[in-house]
Amino acid sequence: MSTTTSTPAARKPTSPGFRERVTNLPKAVKILLWVLFAIFLFLLPLLNIPFITTEGSDFGGVLFTVATYVLVALGLNIVVGYAGLLDLGYVGFYAIGAYTIGVLTSEHAHMSWVVVVPIAIVIAMISGIILGAPTLRVRGDYLAIVTLGFGEIVRLTLVNSEWLGGAQGISDIPKPPGFELFEVPSIDWSSGAPVVDLDTTSTFLKFGINDFVPYYWLALGIISLVLLFDILVKSSRVGRAWEATREDEDAAELMGVPTFRFKLLAFALGAAIGGLSGALFATKAGFISPDSFQLLLSILFLAAVVVGGAGNRWGVIVGAIVVSYFPERFREFADFRVLVFGLALMLLAIFRPQGLLPPRRTVRAKRADERQAVLEEGEASV
Amino acid sequence: MSDPTQPTSGDDPTAAAATPDPAGTSAGTSSVPVEPTGERALADPADEVTDINPEVDIAPEDIGVPVVSEGERLLEVDEVTLRFGGVVALNEVSFHINKGEILGLIGPNGAGKTTCFNVMTGVYQPTSGGVRYLGKPLGKRKKFQITKLGIARTFQNIRLFANMTALENVLVGVDAHHSTGVVSAMFRLPKHRREEAQGYARALELLTFMGLDGKADELARNLPYGDQRRLEIARALATSPQLLCLDEPAAGFNPAEKAKLMELIRTIRDQGYTVLLIEHDMKLVMGVTDRIVVLEFGRKIAEGSPAEIRDNPAVIAAYLGVDEEDAS
Repeated sequence: MSTTTSTPAARKPTSPGFRERVTNLPKAVKILLWVLFAIFLFLLPLLNIPFITTEGSDFGGVLFTVATYVLVALGLNIVVGYAGLLDLGYVGFYAIGAYTIGVLTSEHAHMSWVVVVPIAIVIAMISGIILGAPTLRVRGDYLAIVTLGFGEIVRLTLVNSEWLGGAQGISDIPKPPGFELFEVPSIDWSSGAPVVDLDTTSTFLKFGINDFVPYYWLALGIISLVLLFDILVKSSRVGRAWEATREDEDAAELMGVPTFRFKLLAFALGAAIGGLSGALFATKAGFISPDSFQLLLSILFLAAVVVGGAGNRWGVIVGAIVVSYFPERFREFADFRVLVFGLALMLLAIFRPQGLLPPRRTVRAKRADERQAVLEEGEASV
Repeated sequence: MSDPTQPTSGDDPTAAAATPDPAGTSAGTSSVPVEPTGERALADPADEVTDINPEVDIAPEDIGVPVVSEGERLLEVDEVTLRFGGVVALNEVSFHINKGEILGLIGPNGAGKTTCFNVMTGVYQPTSGGVRYLGKPLGKRKKFQITKLGIARTFQNIRLFANMTALENVLVGVDAHHSTGVVSAMFRLPKHRREEAQGYARALELLTFMGLDGKADELARNLPYGDQRRLEIARALATSPQLLCLDEPAAGFNPAEKAKLMELIRTIRDQGYTVLLIEHDMKLVMGVTDRIVVLEFGRKIAEGSPAEIRDNPAVIAAYLGVDEEDAS
């Protein structure tokens, strides 16, 4: 075996980049960094950091909106990024989630929010399966057209069904039950330096009508759960099957991947997360109407995924923040919103066609590399 | 078509290897010695010729299909006819593959070789006739079900999962016999952990066997051409097939690489696989196969040992274009 090509020394030397330096940190440090980051995110609406904080609208409310977009982007990323199914009707699932909340807590029943949210997830998932089962046999552009139709069908059904509130929609959606554990003070910057303001506080976890920060906290908690779910499922046989299907459906099928089943699974899981974010939206808004679920929203959701980098969960989170936060932050330019947005998309297509953070496999590949180095050492010692 | 005199292949890895390269007679290509020494001398300067590690055990794992003994019929193509509208792509083609042999499927361009693969792997349903595998008809089974039964293939035009790493490509193949679903993955149930560990081990073995172990974390599309071809074979082997169908695996290879590939195919057979090989290069086919089936215009025109095929007038006619009356 004199000609073995893969001695560790033969590997090209790489200067440690930011990512590697982070991955090389001791585990305890990494956990600490994550905890600090999480605390920072939880406190973000109360820190009132100048420049970041939106002036015109309530920052807690804006952050909540951003969080729902992030959730939607994570769900749509499973469908578009992992499984490669172009879905232009994702707002349909979002609407189904929201209306399930509306119908079961306000319009026709007064069930508990805690019970209804799982129901909303399940109903969205079932609608995903109902839509997917016949349509996932068509591919590419055809699927996009079919899902586009689905989004509109949902909206038109909502407009025309009196039982669902018609064009007036559903109002008086109750707040979720909360509990009051402790109050978190906010920071006041009006004097030029940060001062703890004990008068303006948010209560953990009380869902009121004036303070949207607790809603943001709720959304943040749900995002971390969905993110964990995403990470676990993606790094398994299921994730590989999705990616293989995206790369070459026929080849995947011939390698033993039941592609239809996995596409349907991606569709169902994506729909469930879409329904969940719709449910959150309805909870905070307290009022929903068909106007809240326009086609444009589907396009925005898809833009979040594409801008961020389809297939990379951190990328689509960035994309969702870009798509939802900047229009709120720069409201004074609201008239130019679509223009700027279009320009940004064009520039992105030219300079970063894969999105801001295209999918990378370094971490998993590294781990595989280490395993293999261990194997090689084992062989050498024999 | 059942030829009792054909070599049962259990005893002849060396026989096939020792067959004096018959195609030295064919064509005017510079003859490449198949002796190990000459081959190494040729191969060394070429960076892209990676050495395989034939000692790595990559024998097919038990996938729950009955294992037939050496020399028994593994797959039978039974009077298969396939029409696309008025075009007859395959016309009553019949042949069989024995367990443990290397069967060559040759013929001029457009003869129906790949179409034949497609019928065997469920891509096309034959218009009439059928394929019997382990004595049972494949029927209308779906592609992935046929793979699970133990028929794997590579593609004439490389069709790797380009944006996945080499390791992941092979893992997809290993996954064919796994059943981890969302729930197992979500809660990291023992099934998930067992299948992942087993899958990684087998995938790394296959990559090492193919000489690709240093490239496990490269994206498939970034691999050099030869490595991509080998990775396709590794991915197909990962499904633990009873029958491995290689569709022109040497396309685009230089003579040194071709010689390496033939050595590889023999090694694969010795590890317990049955190989069906489509190849254009007559020399190569003659050197490695136990038996050859020749197709022309969708019809089988000859079947037999490499020596018989070489002297068959119909085959010579098909390849060199003699008048039809003379040939028949």
